[in-house]
Amino acid sequence: MDIKTIKRLLTFCKPYMKYLYCALICSLIQIIFTLLTPVLIGRAVDHVIGVNQVDFHLLYQTLIYIALSVIVAEIFDLLVVRLSNRMTYAITKDLRDQLFERYSKLPLSYIDSHPHGDLLSRMSNDIDLIGDGLLQGFTHLFNGIATIIGTICFMLYINIPIAIIVIVLTPLSLVVATVIANKTYKYFQEQLALRGEMSAYVEEMIGHQKIVKAFAYEKVNQETFEEINQRVYVSGVKSQFLGALANPSTRVVNNIVYASVCVAGSLYVVMGHMSVGSLSSFLTYANQYTKPFNEISNVFTELQTALASAARIFDILDTPIEEEVSTPQTINHPQGHIQIVDLTFSYEKNQKLIEHLNVEAQPGQTIAIVGPTGCGKTTLINLLMRFYDPLAGHIYIDGIDTLNMDRSYLRSLYGMVLQESWLFHGTIKENIAYGKEASDEEIIEAAKNAHAHKFIMQLKDGYNTMVSEEGGNLSQGQKQLLCIARIMLMKPPMLILDEATSSIDTRTEKQVQDAFDTMMQGRTTFIVAHRLSTIQKADQILVMNHGQIIEQGKHEELLKKHGFYHHLYYSQFDVQH
Amino acid sequence: MWKKYIKPYRKEAITGFIFKLIEAFFELMVPLIVADIIDNGIGKNDTDYIIKMGALMFLLTFIGYGCALVCQYFASKTSQGFGTYLRNDMYRAINAYDYDDIDRIGTPSLITRMSNDVVQIQLAVAMIIRLCSRGPFLIIGSLIMAFRINFQMALIFLVCAPLIALTIYLVMFKTFPLYTNIQKQLDHVSLICRENLSGIRVIRAFSKQHYERKRFHEATSKQKDEQIKVGKIAALLNPCTNVIVNCGIMLVLYVGAIKVNVGTLTQGEIVALINYMNAILLAMIAFANTILILIKASACYKRVEAILDIQPSIVSGNAKNEDSDAPLVTFDHVSFSYHSARAIEDVSFQINQGETIGIIGGTGSGKTTLVNLIGRFYEASSGQIYIKDKPIQDYDLSQLRQMMGFVPQQAVLFSGTIRKNICWGKLDASDEEINDALTLSQSSFVFDMEKGIDTYINQDGHNLSGGQKQRLTIARALVKKPELLILDDSASALDFATDAALRKAIASLPQTTIIVSQRVSSLMHADKILVLSHGQLVGVGNHHELMQECQIYQEIVHSQLSKEAA
Repeated sequence: MDIKTIKRLLTFCKPYMKYLYCALICSLIQIIFTLLTPVLIGRAVDHVIGVNQVDFHLLYQTLIYIALSVIVAEIFDLLVVRLSNRMTYAITKDLRDQLFERYSKLPLSYIDSHPHGDLLSRMSNDIDLIGDGLLQGFTHLFNGIATIIGTICFMLYINIPIAIIVIVLTPLSLVVATVIANKTYKYFQEQLALRGEMSAYVEEMIGHQKIVKAFAYEKVNQETFEEINQRVYVSGVKSQFLGALANPSTRVVNNIVYASVCVAGSLYVVMGHMSVGSLSSFLTYANQYTKPFNEISNVFTELQTALASAARIFDILDTPIEEEVSTPQTINHPQGHIQIVDLTFSYEKNQKLIEHLNVEAQPGQTIAIVGPTGCGKTTLINLLMRFYDPLAGHIYIDGIDTLNMDRSYLRSLYGMVLQESWLFHGTIKENIAYGKEASDEEIIEAAKNAHAHKFIMQLKDGYNTMVSEEGGNLSQGQKQLLCIARIMLMKPPMLILDEATSSIDTRTEKQVQDAFDTMMQGRTTFIVAHRLSTIQKADQILVMNHGQIIEQGKHEELLKKHGFYHHLYYSQFDVQH
Repeated sequence: MWKKYIKPYRKEAITGFIFKLIEAFFELMVPLIVADIIDNGIGKNDTDYIIKMGALMFLLTFIGYGCALVCQYFASKTSQGFGTYLRNDMYRAINAYDYDDIDRIGTPSLITRMSNDVVQIQLAVAMIIRLCSRGPFLIIGSLIMAFRINFQMALIFLVCAPLIALTIYLVMFKTFPLYTNIQKQLDHVSLICRENLSGIRVIRAFSKQHYERKRFHEATSKQKDEQIKVGKIAALLNPCTNVIVNCGIMLVLYVGAIKVNVGTLTQGEIVALINYMNAILLAMIAFANTILILIKASACYKRVEAILDIQPSIVSGNAKNEDSDAPLVTFDHVSFSYHSARAIEDVSFQINQGETIGIIGGTGSGKTTLVNLIGRFYEASSGQIYIKDKPIQDYDLSQLRQMMGFVPQQAVLFSGTIRKNICWGKLDASDEEINDALTLSQSSFVFDMEKGIDTYINQDGHNLSGGQKQRLTIARALVKKPELLILDDSASALDFATDAALRKAIASLPQTTIIVSQRVSSLMHADKILVLSHGQLVGVGNHHELMQECQIYQEIVHSQLSKEAA
């Protein structure tokens, strides 16, 4: 096991050390009294020997001891569980909060280059596994070890030779368990791999069910699936059988110990070295003795999983976050004069994307970015908003280097509307007022400017309508109108816009265009353009391909060049010669 | 439902069950033997007897172990077999789904149900065989044994056992709904995290990280509170049951002592009774855990059942595809709504055999929907579609679709060789047929590859360019020599020269062709062009006719073609 990860995980326990200490003390008390009970019961049995050989006085006394011992043990048991619950859940909460904070501070390059499913699964599954591991560890590990030691002590106290029989025989159960575990591991791996193969097959086929249907391929697929499924079955029977062996196998060892204790103990009693009551206590111990061993081995597997998960969490917590400048600069009255000077950027070191780019946008101008799909138009947006930082060169706003500004301040200067409108689970009002606290009047005003007021009023609860998970109950166009309303409320000096190509319903399309036009008036705008009219009106066009800006200029100038723009213009926008 | 999948493994299930009972029976004998040893062996100082009985215990232990192995083997066989049958059926059901069903449930959910949920159910089946027999048998057996030893003493058991059961039931009953709450809370935490990942640009653009963190803190705090609440109740289980059992033991000692004193009970029997009391507790806890697994499994089973229960709304007919001169496709006042939004409205037209048809219109005008209706991937909400003058519903679905060669908008290929992918069009296609299809679809790049048509394609064709993938999807449709070739905007990733060569190659074939496109240039030479706008058919005719009659077509053309070309 990885010591470093364990140590790190323990630092998360620090604020809850008092719980941990209390839990350990309670656990110790609980175990002592739990183990004492069988001894007391044994002693009670010894007071009940036969006809007229019952010592009622001593029996009643012992019974009272038993009652006290049980009550103390169970109260402390309750305390242990409660304390470890409290501690575990607090730690997992802290872990989640820290991880989330990290997510919100990580550079976008990290988030972009890691599958969101994986990041999410670290947040939910991995932390759950850590929680399970901790809980098991806190409650069972210490408890198990202490129980074993305690049992050995009590047994040695009652009768040394029989105790030695138990001590010698028990490791047998561990050996059996390990042998089985090793054997099973191979088959479990095989089983996992096969299940993975099956999931991959199902995912590919169901994901493209439309093609499957179009080619009437269902029958062939069913056959392939059943073939994989049959292999899963064969390997499944093996791995399940072997896995299920562990339980009866340790039980058989346990029973052997039990029988041995019974025979040896009885002989000792006959020889007069031991009482029947002690034999009874011994049998109880022998019955329970292997249990902590099994529990500890379970705990170790759980801990191992937990540590693997913890390593995945720490991996993210160790990823460097974005640095901010120590004395950020601000602009008094932003005009929206943007200069991009000698800018160089790439996502991967050996593949230069943007080299020595120079663009100047006067206040109020519109810069259109065009290019085929996937040409990397978002790269420029990433740089303007400082989602990514350039390798070399600078971007100035009103003469101030954006690298010397706070990222959040810089971003507040822009209003951004992306094609994929992002809304969160909350009311429409909350969604519009996301960028700025605002009164109801201001919100309605903004919605009116964004041509969104009308459709909002048609919704059942108007501005208080809940936007469901990721805006599922609104159309694509309506979502975009809400995003525009957000910007209208903020009145930023500069804009970054992404014109929608598809997925917008035709009825709202015109409203979105109108809203865009209203918004762009008097604001410096970078717009990823798909419409001819936008391009023709633009003060400057940046032509991108394969992530690079390959041409820039006005519409007519670029056409005259007979270069890529010329080609693009006639294919992308379907204009023929 | 359960019965159906258990049935093929009934023998195995019953055998497993019986062997488990035998094992439990031996287990039950042990305390009795111990009592015997104490009373007869120790009581009479008979060492031979002790050793004899000890040997019997060892023997029972090993026989019990053998029985357990047999049981485990059959339990594994039954539960795995159960799962296998279930998965086959699920996959069959999913295969029959309409597009709509898959969209509604979602692929990830379908996969979880097929993997995790079925595994949970398998586990439950194995548990029923292994523990559901053992637990109750041990409990009842222990009670009977107690009665055999002494009737009055057994009454103590009759009080304790139900009390333990009640405690377990109450704790489970109280905590179960709370666990559902925790799950819901965790879903909420995940939702916020997911929103934050997908909306990361917007959140940072508005500098709302702090606000989001607060939102997240609130959610995790709530989750923690819920967890602690459940923990408090769950923590009661062990102490309460232990107290009950120990009270029982004390009662056994107390009442037993009086009986021993007058000679109606022996010391060994007291030890046996104490052992049975402990056995009942252990069996009950194991049984309670089994029930928990069953409850979980029944939730899983509901999710699985939901998959099996969905009946596709599109039902296959049984008519075969026959040669005929009738018009290939006829739409008679067809309308179609998708999630209560009108997608196609009152569309009528006819496609004759051998024609080349163009379908044009803006995004969301219903072009793809129209084509999907021809393949009967969706069912028209009203109106009637005829294929060769027969209602489309009469046709056997696979016959109908075999007739057509689809080239979808999105170039989808499957992991496997190029040959395997092309053979989707025709299962037994010869090398010659494959090569022909590749040549026609301008996919000669395949021949330059080292392994030719046996080149392996990764999932989603990541090792091919967009254009290459698109051409292979066209080859896949061409290899079946379809009567109707449908190109749904499927030349978008091709350069001009390839696009032109492809169009020429396709035109040389005898089949009927439908070309869906947003580009006038792709379909202006078609025999007939259908102009769609907002789901309505606003113009039918060739390019020249439409230029004169159809205003929307004119607008599209003017926005795309320079004046002289029009």
